[in-house]
Amino acid sequence: MTKALEIKNLQKSYDNGFQALKGINLEVQEGDFYALLGPNGAGKSTTIGIISSLVRKTSGHVSVFGHDIDSEMVKAKRMLGIVPQEFNFNQFEKVQDIIVTQAGYYGIPAIEARKQSEKYLKQLGLWEKRNSVSRMLSGGMKRRLMIARALIHKPRLLILDEPTAGVDIELRRSLWDFLREINEQGTTIILTTHYLEEAEQLCRNIGIIDKGEIVENTTMKNLLGKLQRESFILDLSKPVADIPSFAGYSVRKVDDLSIEVDVAKDQGVNELFRQLSDYSISVTSMRNKSNRLEELFVSLTTSKPAAEGENQP
Amino acid sequence: MSEWKYNLVAFYTIFSKEIRRFMRIWPQTLLPPVITMTLYFVIFGAVIGSRVGEMGGFDYMTFVVPGLVMMSVITNSFTNVASSFFSNKFQRSIEELLVSPVPNWVILAGYTMGGVVRGLYVGVLVMCLGAFFIELQIHNILVTLLAVILTAMLFALGGFINAIFAGKFDDIAIIPTFVLTPLTYLGGVFYSIDVLPEPWRQLSMLNPILYQVNAFRYGILGQDSGISIVWAFAVMILAIVMMAVWALHLLKVGKGLRS
Repeated sequence: MTKALEIKNLQKSYDNGFQALKGINLEVQEGDFYALLGPNGAGKSTTIGIISSLVRKTSGHVSVFGHDIDSEMVKAKRMLGIVPQEFNFNQFEKVQDIIVTQAGYYGIPAIEARKQSEKYLKQLGLWEKRNSVSRMLSGGMKRRLMIARALIHKPRLLILDEPTAGVDIELRRSLWDFLREINEQGTTIILTTHYLEEAEQLCRNIGIIDKGEIVENTTMKNLLGKLQRESFILDLSKPVADIPSFAGYSVRKVDDLSIEVDVAKDQGVNELFRQLSDYSISVTSMRNKSNRLEELFVSLTTSKPAAEGENQP
Repeated sequence: MSEWKYNLVAFYTIFSKEIRRFMRIWPQTLLPPVITMTLYFVIFGAVIGSRVGEMGGFDYMTFVVPGLVMMSVITNSFTNVASSFFSNKFQRSIEELLVSPVPNWVILAGYTMGGVVRGLYVGVLVMCLGAFFIELQIHNILVTLLAVILTAMLFALGGFINAIFAGKFDDIAIIPTFVLTPLTYLGGVFYSIDVLPEPWRQLSMLNPILYQVNAFRYGILGQDSGISIVWAFAVMILAIVMMAVWALHLLKVGKGLRS
């Protein structure tokens, strides 16, 4: 299978001596939907910056669909679409003009680009705003504008750096659907996000970067398989004054109408429900206490003490 | 599509974006030089000029018009690129270009030619204004065009380099205020260096703007200032090449653009 992205021993040290990347290796296969996660200052944006050539690497190799970003820069860049974390378009230009201009940088003439932009603007719900000056858009619209702009030259690899930051839930879910759709159509997607639920919902493979090192690189299924325990919140139909003891389960009272239960991976919940029935406790609903991936993420990224200057760029 | 066609589209995209920008904000870009130059024409030409008499063999108003045209071209070609490129840097929209496959020389050419067109646009406007005050004549069209285009190119490149080094908006005003304006005022715009005593005359010969103004004035009026036209063009072309190489080097190392 073709490698959409290959990173070998990538290192980045800033002028102030801060080592943002300590020789990371990463491969993303064509067609993948890959999550790159990590806490603030872990090196995600630096990695994306190097791939997009906005950050100069100290050493190592990066290739996009087999094209080295140093020796075959033009070919590599043509394959690549970048949606950065911060708004980086001209605030005084009109929405459609921003996209048409970007297309021009990729050699697409304005007439053709105007036609192509219609498709993405409509898909992303921005068609009505095509003649609006970009600074007048809402935060969510600005994010969608950056996605449309990144797609205009039909990149084979799309990298999104926290594309749903500050976006409301409804819009976030519509963006997920859109990203799933373009991934199904063949675009390889790499996503960084702080919403771990987002990564769990969308991505097939995952890399976790911490303090400039890849601490985990596996499939989402494998990673979630490492969970040893999950916590559930159970809503009860009637108030319970005192929580009885449950054999094999750790149960805590949240309030009069809900309890929290820890369930080991190989334990299952049938026995729990049997004991609840024995105590005549009726459950109306059940949900995960927290995102499962979040627990793993915290365990993987809090094992080592923070390095000096961790939050520097 | 071949690589040169991609580059041509990219060049045209940057170039037309630059034209659109200064046309869109014409009250900030085109109107002020027209008003300023009208005042210069009225004060230096009609009010003071009539008392000055002849300068370099021409009445003062006729002498000063080509100088004022060049002053506008220099200022506007420089300012256009400096403010546009820095504004893109400030808003980070320059990243749109940097992540794209556009080669550095196309980026430089697009911005420079945008600045050249602004310089020429304002130059033509000022020239038309001048026609209200003097009888316009063009002694040598080729020299006139070459002088004004090369000058606009040189200062557009200067504006580009200024924008690369600039870290804040104040920085793009430093060179125009402390370098360009003094050099322009001392570069033979308002007087012929023949009227200067030594050593000021010899010192003036070190001012590159003097060659541009004199070459343009020769093209318009046919005035022989004692400076060889060939030498003037050689100085301009050499300066353009040096500035272009410097600008390309700065783009290659990502000065102020890539971390």
